[in-house]
Amino acid sequence: MAELKAAPDTARELLFGDEWEYAPAPQSADHVRLADRYGPFIDGEFREVDDCFPSINPATEETLAEVGLANEAIVDDAVSAARSAYESHWRDLSGTERAKYIYRIGRMIKEKSRELAVLESMDGGKPIRESRDMDIPLVAAHFFHYAGWADKLDYALPGPGRPQSLGVCGQIIPWNFPLLMAAWKLAPALATGSCVVLKPAETTPLTAMKLAEIMQEAGLPPGVVNIVQGAGSVGEALVEHPDVDKVAFTGSTEVGKHIQKQLAGSKKRLTLELGGKGANIIFEDAPIDQAVKGIVDGIYFNQGHVCCAGSRLLVQESVADEVIEKLRHRIATLRVGDPLDKNTDIGAINSKQQLDKIRRLVDIGEQEGADKFQPECKLPENGFWFPPTFFTNVTQSHRIAQEEIFGPVLSVTTFRTPEEAVERANNTEYGLASGIWSDKGSKLFSISQALKNGVIWGNTYNKFDPASPFGGYKESGFGREGGVHGLLPYLEVPAESWHPQKAPTNGSPSTRPASSTSVEASPEPRADDT
Amino acid sequence: MQRPSTATSSTATYRPPQVPSVDEVAAKERASRLATRSIKTEAKVEGLKRLIAMLDLTTLEGADTPGKVRSLCQKARQPDPNRDSPSVGAVCVYPPLVSVAREEVAGTDIKVASVASYFPSGQAALDERVEEVERVRDAGADEIDVVMNRNAFLSGEYGRVHREISALAEASGDAHLKVILETGELETYDAVRLASRIAMDAGADFIKTSTGKVKPAATMPVTLVMLEAIRDYHLDTGQKVGMKPAGGIRKAKPALRYLVMVKETLGDAWLTPERFRIGASSLLNDLLLQIEKERTGRYYSKRYLSLG
Amino acid sequence: MANICRASRKDFRDAVVEAREAQEGWSSRSAFNRGQILYRMGEMLESRRQAFVDTLVEVAGYDREQAEAEVDVAIDRLVWYAGWTDKFAQVFGTVNPVASSHFDFSVPEPSGVVAAFCPGNAPLLGLVSCMAPVIAPGNAVILIVENEAPTIALDLAEVLDTSDLPGGVVNILTGHRTELREHVGGHRDVDAILSVGASTEERTVLEEEGAESVTRMEFRPDRSPADWRADDSQSPYWITPFVEFKTTWHPVGR
Repeated sequence: MAELKAAPDTARELLFGDEWEYAPAPQSADHVRLADRYGPFIDGEFREVDDCFPSINPATEETLAEVGLANEAIVDDAVSAARSAYESHWRDLSGTERAKYIYRIGRMIKEKSRELAVLESMDGGKPIRESRDMDIPLVAAHFFHYAGWADKLDYALPGPGRPQSLGVCGQIIPWNFPLLMAAWKLAPALATGSCVVLKPAETTPLTAMKLAEIMQEAGLPPGVVNIVQGAGSVGEALVEHPDVDKVAFTGSTEVGKHIQKQLAGSKKRLTLELGGKGANIIFEDAPIDQAVKGIVDGIYFNQGHVCCAGSRLLVQESVADEVIEKLRHRIATLRVGDPLDKNTDIGAINSKQQLDKIRRLVDIGEQEGADKFQPECKLPENGFWFPPTFFTNVTQSHRIAQEEIFGPVLSVTTFRTPEEAVERANNTEYGLASGIWSDKGSKLFSISQALKNGVIWGNTYNKFDPASPFGGYKESGFGREGGVHGLLPYLEVPAESWHPQKAPTNGSPSTRPASSTSVEASPEPRADDT
Repeated sequence: MQRPSTATSSTATYRPPQVPSVDEVAAKERASRLATRSIKTEAKVEGLKRLIAMLDLTTLEGADTPGKVRSLCQKARQPDPNRDSPSVGAVCVYPPLVSVAREEVAGTDIKVASVASYFPSGQAALDERVEEVERVRDAGADEIDVVMNRNAFLSGEYGRVHREISALAEASGDAHLKVILETGELETYDAVRLASRIAMDAGADFIKTSTGKVKPAATMPVTLVMLEAIRDYHLDTGQKVGMKPAGGIRKAKPALRYLVMVKETLGDAWLTPERFRIGASSLLNDLLLQIEKERTGRYYSKRYLSLG
Repeated sequence: MANICRASRKDFRDAVVEAREAQEGWSSRSAFNRGQILYRMGEMLESRRQAFVDTLVEVAGYDREQAEAEVDVAIDRLVWYAGWTDKFAQVFGTVNPVASSHFDFSVPEPSGVVAAFCPGNAPLLGLVSCMAPVIAPGNAVILIVENEAPTIALDLAEVLDTSDLPGGVVNILTGHRTELREHVGGHRDVDAILSVGASTEERTVLEEEGAESVTRMEFRPDRSPADWRADDSQSPYWITPFVEFKTTWHPVGR
């Protein structure tokens, strides 16, 4: 471990002060139309329910709207609605017709993008610049991308035969990218002909309700998408519902494991997109300034509430001081505060609970002897805030280097050789994403191959695109979202009509030779209870 | 790979320092991110006023006459005939017109800048270029904008580039030397970064993007790369070199974005005409229009402003 | 490489260690080389065709015709998957047309160490049908064999031994799956599990235990020997559950 520069050389210090201050540049929220209360969206309608919970703005702690709390009976209604929509028409609708619905949803999202962006920032705390420039454009793009797949599924999976839809999908999404995760889940499910019951996170339920309105307006047949709100118990009811064919979950590894266990023996299909502890590896031959940008984009994007965040910085010793110094300069210019201010870089922490978790782990980091750096930051009085933070003098065994903090907190360690970088990067139960910064192509590709990660960002970080598959190795989950690979978890593979998980809905495989169609008795037939 | 060592200023032993590579895509992303900063109300007025004081009000045309330069200087002294506003940082004219400008701005803080070294191509023998710099210096220019020898740079003769700029710097005497890289001819950001460093090593007081005669002239990413080179040079040597984007900046909005880049890359110490200039001919009136709009809430018209 | 005894938990643990050790080297071989070795297995199997036919007849009670068919298809299946080693990535990998200025591509990589509960039917072909698609993309496998003719697994091990397959890539344990399942499911260094013909109980145990380390699970029904011989008992979709798709981004600039 190299001694990292503790104090800057004052004569050569850069001062990022108040010589020319930006005035507040708040995005108006006037155009956000919000009802006082949203019931569960079932069979094309918002239902009235008795139990409600508030959704608050984490930047002000004020209630934005109330949302109907689902229970087992409501989940059951939602699943029934999905099942009957699936069986009565959605399953048999032509791909082109499905595509048109999905395109329409994408276009309407685009039209309402400003309102959605503002509401996303109000409900979740993320900076308006990010919801406006990243989340919502990607949401629309995701629907557009998958819309085009709906009538091309025959070309999606190599091999003869027609892939089949699954039926009813139960989808559970997190609070860090509420609408974007809804899009990632809904778009491929609808494109492949399934119907859905979606459960958003309890701290960010509102944009999903706006999406429900959009789907109503788009004329999506009732029951194709149903949305139930609530916390873990609602998700549990959905996962356990016997008429759900497939579960897709994005969230913490802890809950993902719980769901996998819950589903044991159920024969439901499952995809999991779980936590991460991404390594951002900076080699000495990196484009340093862009690497520093990549560090900032890697860990301070969306307050660090990102499963693929580059939360572990691994920097080659020979450039460690330079990188740390530049990082210090960069985060001095980050603006923490009102998520609706167009100049805000770091918004509000999503919830009190999450803020407590971040604080606890940062305290542990200090207790374990790591050195904390935070720029001077004036934080608002109300709401949940945490300044951009990094730790130096971190060792691999420190908890802040191992556990997913899910906040704007970076741990910095150094390495000497590529081999050491790979070992450290892989030394985690997670395997979602990593960054590699080097000007040397052959090194970059060799490190990329050695890393056990589903996503590798070479000389960039935190890039997303609907055409690009995303998902993890190891305990970061399984299955991919995005691109053609994102269809596979929602389809029965054509050549496998004898696959046990679901009976084929049309015909037997054409590839089977005639000679073997008569089942020959095996000498000692074994019970096959699948 | 070795990190760049602090370069020696000795011409005889000058080796081009190794500078960090620049990833084009990420550099552009960073520049466009900075362009999303929203500068409103008092911050906008303050920024616009600062920009006026940072302006090198320029005329570099074959058709320039003493009369045109006199009118430019009048504009420089009092940008808006109807109300007070800061005067510009400098007027920038061709060498034969330096004496005219000198007279016109006498008694003000406005600097006289000129171009030398066979601007804009620089295609002349070194002694001819040195001689022109000396002449301009003797004519009373406070600031001399010279062009880097792109021919030598693109041929990889970095020692020669350094030697030439050193000679021009020496010839400029007490006048400030602004070295124009003509980034539009360098093509890559790696080249811009290296050229920036060589120019600073050779004694440039400012580094400047463009002559205005080659497209593309100043762009946000190119300026960002140069600002980062200035920052690295400062962290290496303690020197504070100035930055001058020039060419193609005609409106207040992009000009404010350049100021944002300076603020967030180099910090407070560079938010001064001593260390940041914009070279432009038609920007000034738009700055004035925007200030007036902020003051009155109404959109102003160019008809109330002199051409300058 | 083979045990023809009732494998214990410790045997499984040791096999995982062997497999883990061998897997990286196996996956870093060229796909072409892995294909050559799989093809070589087919050749070696063919060279012992008669012995396998005899064993199937004597031990598994096959009639000669069925036995010959099973051995022949087992050879063909090895050859079939041999060809997939350097084609799978081309067919299933993608270049992704992202909107930004980035080159973006997805390639399959092996999951790592796979435990496979092999079918009770088709004592030779069932094994080959489980083994070949798992090792083709570069995984190491522990085959867990419980059937009426476990000596065939031993014979297969000898075939593998003579076909340039690096030690540890294929490990064969014979034993009772009911005794091993909990341990296999809960072993945290197992990346994926294939189970053919699992009872609901076995499936539940494997999934519950496997959830502790988010183990990838693939369940398939057992088939009759004739169905194992059918063409739809081989598919690149037998490979997909045992790969991870890695997506790499890189800027396109100067």
